[in-house]
Amino acid sequence: MIGVESVVIALQGLLANRLRSALTVLGMLIGVASVIVLIAVGKGSQAEVQSRIEALGTNVLLVMAPRGVGGARSNASQAQSLTMADATALQNSFDAPDILSATPVVTASPTITFDGTSYTPSSFLGATPTIFTARTYAPEAGAFFTSSDVTNHDRVVVLGETVVSNVFGGTNPIGQTVQIGGDNFTVVGVTQPKGSNGTEDQDDVAIAPITAVQDSLTGFGPISEILVQAKSEGALNAASAEVTGILDGLHHISATSSSSFTVINQGSLLQTSSATSDVFTTLLGEVAAISLLVGGIGVMNIMLVTVTERTREIGIRKAIGARKADILSQFLIEAVLVSVLGGLAGVIVGLATTRFTIAGVQPVPSAGSVGLAFGAAVVVGLFFGTYPASRAASLRPIDALRYE
Amino acid sequence: MSRSHPVIELRAATKTYQLGEIEVRALRGVSVKIERGEMVAIMGSSGSGKSTLMNIVGCLDSPSTGSYLLDGVDVRRFDEDELADVRNRKLGFVFQSFNLVARTRAQAQVELPLAYGGVARAERRRRAAAALEMVGLSDRADHLPSELSGGQQQRVAVARAVVTNPALILADEPTGNLDSVSTDEVLSIFERLNAEGRTVVLITHEPEVAERASRVIRLADGQVIEDTQLTRAA
Repeated sequence: MIGVESVVIALQGLLANRLRSALTVLGMLIGVASVIVLIAVGKGSQAEVQSRIEALGTNVLLVMAPRGVGGARSNASQAQSLTMADATALQNSFDAPDILSATPVVTASPTITFDGTSYTPSSFLGATPTIFTARTYAPEAGAFFTSSDVTNHDRVVVLGETVVSNVFGGTNPIGQTVQIGGDNFTVVGVTQPKGSNGTEDQDDVAIAPITAVQDSLTGFGPISEILVQAKSEGALNAASAEVTGILDGLHHISATSSSSFTVINQGSLLQTSSATSDVFTTLLGEVAAISLLVGGIGVMNIMLVTVTERTREIGIRKAIGARKADILSQFLIEAVLVSVLGGLAGVIVGLATTRFTIAGVQPVPSAGSVGLAFGAAVVVGLFFGTYPASRAASLRPIDALRYE
Repeated sequence: MSRSHPVIELRAATKTYQLGEIEVRALRGVSVKIERGEMVAIMGSSGSGKSTLMNIVGCLDSPSTGSYLLDGVDVRRFDEDELADVRNRKLGFVFQSFNLVARTRAQAQVELPLAYGGVARAERRRRAAAALEMVGLSDRADHLPSELSGGQQQRVAVARAVVTNPALILADEPTGNLDSVSTDEVLSIFERLNAEGRTVVLITHEPEVAERASRVIRLADGQVIEDTQLTRAA
């Protein structure tokens, strides 16, 4: 009594009580689907963090002057501003062997106007060309400006995709002249779209040579930040120490006083948040596992009812020669069949659901979670089917036959 | 399986049930031998112990004291699975309430004992079809129990009982739920099986059913009170 026939018999048993079986299958379906979906949501948010890390650029440190630090600022404001000289000093390969590049950055928020259309990008940066490698921008059209543009104070600008579509519509932007803060800038390049990093549109950006931006917009005061790219990921900590050492020396900050400059390793911050979302994924998976467990209890419940209802049938089968194992396997197969059907339906529903964005996260289904959920469903069916089935198998034939 | 021993041999079998505080002595020392090829009717009023006897003879229950030899083998030595095998190979049951497995077509129904006995599929098909033909239901092979009349259901049950070629066919009030026409059909089948040399034990309280047996054993209060050989009419 094994093989296809047993499955057919079990299937007939399930079909005899369609609604009841369907509800039990639904219970398993919800359990399996929620495992798949919730793990996919967790993975999705992890992937988002990962892409944010990548979008930041590789091995990048951000150096910022403190802003509004109360009393300290009034007597030491000069000492605590970042200058072009700081950026130059950080590029000294003798003092800072672990630093690949140091990009001075100024920020502004001017309006870009072209042919009557005005637009203010969320991010307008003046920088040196090393920003493109540090921030991993690639040219989509045209070319990025060069260091000679910086030296010559050339009024050129590189635009992100979002800015292009807002300012130019369908017109090819390369070579066009736009007005930025009363000056004419020539568009030389467009960056390849990078998409959103989760909090901001990375293509809503315009980048011009730092000298030109200082000329026409910010003046030659302190710069906003310095973007430092380390030579490798392993060199990040050394680079960070070199930054602090060089800047403290330049600004006469003693080793005992707290350093006035903030060196942020954004990548490591995000790695922390990646670890957090790991915990989040595990938690989600556990919550989903509970619903799988509840589905399993549903299977057990229904199998107990089925065994009770079919006591007489069990008696008949035993009277004509069914052994304990025959009865056991009959009901066990039925329980596993319920959970397998629920598992399959759950996989389909789960995968279908992960195609939609959930709570702002695009879920990333993984083969592992599908296998895990389905496997767990089968194990749950086996586990919760065992007790009812062994109860059926151990019924005494004489009692089972007499059962009304 | 030689002819040296009877199919059924009960030696001073007793059965005592414990119903809470009360002890019910359903059988009080029954000694019966039934030889191969006999057709025996066991009669008695309700409470006489005939159902208990049937359960013991059918290996569904075992005697409290005394012994029961089926085909010369003491079945008390067997464990549950071995008893299942004995029921499968040596016994065929026919019940008053037909006791067909629901949602199972006649063909599959008759194949069931063979399936539990591990008979290969093709062989099962062939033997079940032959058994159904013997009870005259070849044309109902793909019918569900719910699509059959009482008489037809009981004939399917008879086919299921004989399909394993058992030493003993055990029928508990087989005609109790049937009209006179169906009763006659079913009893004719039993007679035919008996004529082929099979041992048939019928439990009944209907004298006209008992009349068709070759031997009548009467029970009362858990004891045999009468054991008569009949000369069969025709």
